[in-house]
Amino acid sequence: MSANQKNPVLVIVQLSGGNDFMNTVVPYTAGIYYDSRPVVGLKEDEVLPIHDTLAWNPHCAALQAMYDEGDVAVVQGIGYPNSDRSHFRAMDIWHTCEPIEIGAEGWVGRVIRELDPRGQNVLTGVSVGKGLPRAMAVPGVPVTSFDNLDNYGLLTGIEDERQRTEALEIFKGMYNAGVGTGIVMEYLSQTGLNVIQGTDELKKAKAGYRSTVEYADNAIATSLRDVARVHLAGLGTRVFYTQHGGYDNHANEVPDHPRLLSDLTGAISAFFQDLRAHNASSEVTMLVFTEFGRRIRDNASGTDHGSGGGAFLIGDRVKGGLYAEYPSLDPARWVHGEDLEHMIDFRGIYGTVLEQWMGLDPTDIVGGQFEQIHPYQTTA
Amino acid sequence: MADDDLGLMAHLLRRAGFGASRQELEAYAQQGYDQVVEDLVEPERCPPLDEDILQRYFGGEGPEIRVGTWIYRMINSRRPLEEKMALFWHHVFATGYSKGEHALAMNNQIDMFRRVGMSDMREILLELSKDPAMIYWLDNNENRKGEPNENYGRELLELFSMGVGNYTEDDIKNCARAFTGWTFAQPVPLYPHGFYAPQFVFHAEDHDDGEKTFLGQTGPFNGDDIIDIIVAQPATAGFISRHLYNFFVADEPQVPSWNGSPPQDPAAIAILSHAYMESEGSMPHILRTLFSSDFFKAARFQKVKSPTELITGVLKLVGAYRTPTPGMPHYARAAKVMGQELLNPPTVEGWHTGPEWIDGGMLTERINFAVNEVGDATKPGIQTIIQRLQAEGDSLAPEHFVDKCLDLVGPLTVTESTRDYLVRFAQSGGDLVFDPNGSANGAANGASDSTDRVVLMLQLIVAAREYQFA
Repeated sequence: MSANQKNPVLVIVQLSGGNDFMNTVVPYTAGIYYDSRPVVGLKEDEVLPIHDTLAWNPHCAALQAMYDEGDVAVVQGIGYPNSDRSHFRAMDIWHTCEPIEIGAEGWVGRVIRELDPRGQNVLTGVSVGKGLPRAMAVPGVPVTSFDNLDNYGLLTGIEDERQRTEALEIFKGMYNAGVGTGIVMEYLSQTGLNVIQGTDELKKAKAGYRSTVEYADNAIATSLRDVARVHLAGLGTRVFYTQHGGYDNHANEVPDHPRLLSDLTGAISAFFQDLRAHNASSEVTMLVFTEFGRRIRDNASGTDHGSGGGAFLIGDRVKGGLYAEYPSLDPARWVHGEDLEHMIDFRGIYGTVLEQWMGLDPTDIVGGQFEQIHPYQTTA
Repeated sequence: MADDDLGLMAHLLRRAGFGASRQELEAYAQQGYDQVVEDLVEPERCPPLDEDILQRYFGGEGPEIRVGTWIYRMINSRRPLEEKMALFWHHVFATGYSKGEHALAMNNQIDMFRRVGMSDMREILLELSKDPAMIYWLDNNENRKGEPNENYGRELLELFSMGVGNYTEDDIKNCARAFTGWTFAQPVPLYPHGFYAPQFVFHAEDHDDGEKTFLGQTGPFNGDDIIDIIVAQPATAGFISRHLYNFFVADEPQVPSWNGSPPQDPAAIAILSHAYMESEGSMPHILRTLFSSDFFKAARFQKVKSPTELITGVLKLVGAYRTPTPGMPHYARAAKVMGQELLNPPTVEGWHTGPEWIDGGMLTERINFAVNEVGDATKPGIQTIIQRLQAEGDSLAPEHFVDKCLDLVGPLTVTESTRDYLVRFAQSGGDLVFDPNGSANGAANGASDSTDRVVLMLQLIVAAREYQFA
C-alpha cells in the first residue's frame, strides 16, 4: 500500500483442523442456531454482542476489544465452490489456490518470488512451526523455516556450545567449496550456506529483543512471539506464516474450542501490543484463516466438517467491521442440506491483501481475478 | 575382500535396500556381489519378518503408527529389495491417505506392493487396479457403464505404465470403459465399527462390455485385457525402465518432463527396456540386469537420498531399533518434516525427488536428524565404530582418524576439500588417544575424551554434503 512508509508485512495464521465459525462469530438471536446446536450452542447471555444478530464467542474477548477499536475485519462465509471436506485436500486448495487440479506451487511461495525474485534475502519468507507449509513451497524459492527461535539452528545436537561453534566453522568451510562439484552439489552447498546465513541473522532477533509485553505460555503465543522477535529485528521479512492446531472438534467441542479461541485471541492481542510498544505495528496486516467451517448441526459432542468458514484481517490500518455477508441460516439455502454457504471466495481475500496491502498484482498468484473487499483505510 | 569391494557392496545395499550396519556389510561382502544380487532379486530365499511379532508390538490404527512400522520393516527385513520395491511402487503409484483417510486401506496397499511388487508388470497392474485404496483415490468407484469416470483410466496410462505421448484421448476413454464396474465394497460400516478392510468387487451390471478400440486393437475388452495390451507395449518397457533408473541408479528430471527431455543415459534405459521385453516385464530379471550393470556400479553417490533413505540409513548406522521397541512413529514424523510423508504423497504424481528434496528447512531437518542420532555413543553402531577405531591402535594421527571414520560411516567418498576440513577439525584435538582403561565402552562408562571426539567427528561427517547422497 502506497500509504505505508515501511515495507508492508503480512502475517498469516493458519487455524488447522477447521475452526467452527458459527461458534466464533455467533448468530446468537437465531432460533435455528439453538435448535441445531443443543450441545455446543453458546447461550444468549454469555456471548459478547456485536449487534442485534451476531456476537463474539466469550473466549474471543481479547479480539473483541481489538474489534471495538476498529482493527479487525471479519470476513464472513469465506470459502470456495464445492468445498472439499477432507482436511488435507481442503488445506491444499487454500495453499495452492487450485480447487480443481492438484497444484504444486504454494501461493505464499509465489508471493515471496514476486517480492524477492533473485532470492537475495533468505528471510523474505519465514515459517514458524514444524515443517514447511505447502503454501510456501515453490521450487527454487528460498524460505526459512523454524519451529522455535530459541533452539533453531544447525548442528543443534552438539550440546557443548564451544564444540558446536567450532563444528559450525568446519561446516561453513565444507559447504563453501561448492564450485566445480556438479550442479546438484553446488545447489546443496548454496542451500546449506543460506541456512547458516539465515541462522546468523536470526541470532540478532534473539539477542536484540526486549519487551515488557507478556505472552501466555501456549503454542500459538510462543509462535507469535517468535514472529514478533523476527519482525522487530528488521531483517527484511515480508511474509510470516504460522499455524495453530487442534480445531478439528468432532468431539468434546465444549471444553476444547473455548481454550483454543482464548489462546489464539490472547496471543494475537499480545502480538499487536508488542509491535505497538516498539512502534512497529502500522506496517503489519495479519490474516487468520482455516480450511473450512463446521456443520450447522452438532453431533451431540462436537461438529463435523462443513464449509462456509470465517477469516480475519487484523492491523492498525484495517478498517474494522463485518465484511461479505453472514451465510444464510435459512435451511432452504443450506448446502447439502447441512452446511453454511460460502459467500466470498478465499482467493478474493488473498487478492485483497496482495493488491491493497502488499501492492502486488494478485492475478497470477491466486490464479485469476476474484471479488475483493475494501478493508483498508484509504488514508494513513 | 578389498576395501573397494566393500564400497561397492555399501552402494548396492543403499540402493537395493536401506543401508547396512558394518557387520551386515561385511557379511554380505563375504558372500560376494553376484550372490548378494541373487538373494536380493529372489527375496523368498531369505526369511520374512515375523508378522505376529510386528502385530503384537506395533498394533494400532493411525497412519503414523503404520508408517513407523513400515520404517521398522525397512531397517530389519532380511529381504531389503522386496521392501525397497514396495517403496518404489508407492512412489510410482502414489496414493494418498489424505482423500480416503483410511489408514488400513493404505496399509493393505503397501502390503500388496510387498506381495506382488517383485512379480511381473501384468500381475502388478492387475492387483493395482483391484486395490481399494487406489480405486477410491482415483474415483474408479464412480466409473460406471454409460457414465465413465476417466480418472483411473487416464493415470493408468499416463503415470502408471506408458507415459504421455504414447496413446490418444480415445484410448483413455476406452481404457476407462474397460474398467467400469471395478470397485470395492465396504462390508462393515465405519460408524460405529471402526475401520475394516474394503474389498475389491466387480459389478457386472455397471460394466460396459461393448466393443472398444484400444491402442489399435478392438474387442469387448475388460480391464485385464487392457492390462495385457499395456504391458506388451515398448512404451511401457521404456517408461518403467526410466522409473527404475531414476529410483535405483541416478536422479532424472521430474516425471512430468520426461516426454520432452530424453534420459541422461539412453543406453542404460535401452538395456533395461530390453530386459523388460525379453522377460515380459519380470521384475527379478530387470532388477538383476540393473544391479549387475556397469552403469549401476558406476553411479555411486549420484542420487540425493530421499528422506526415507536418509532416516533408515542413519538408523542402520547407529544400530537402533533392531528389535521391536516403542518409538517408531517418531521417524514417521521425521520423514514428514523432511518432506516425505509416507502413505500420503502430495499428489498422484508422487514426490518430486532428487534436488527437490532439498530446501533450507528440509536440509536443516536432515542434517540435525543425522547429527542427533549419531550423537548417542551408547548406540551399538557407534560402539562398533569406536571399537574398530581402537583396533587401529592406541593413538591415531588426525588423517588416519578421519579416513577410518569415513570408511566406517560408508565407506563414504568425499571431496578433497571436505576431507581437508575434517582433518583440520581432527588436528585441533591432536592425535586421537584411547584411554588405556578401556574407553571402548564409551559413554556407558562415563564419557571419555576419545569417545566425545569420535562422536563429534561422526556428527560432522553426517553433516557433510556428501552424506546427503546415496
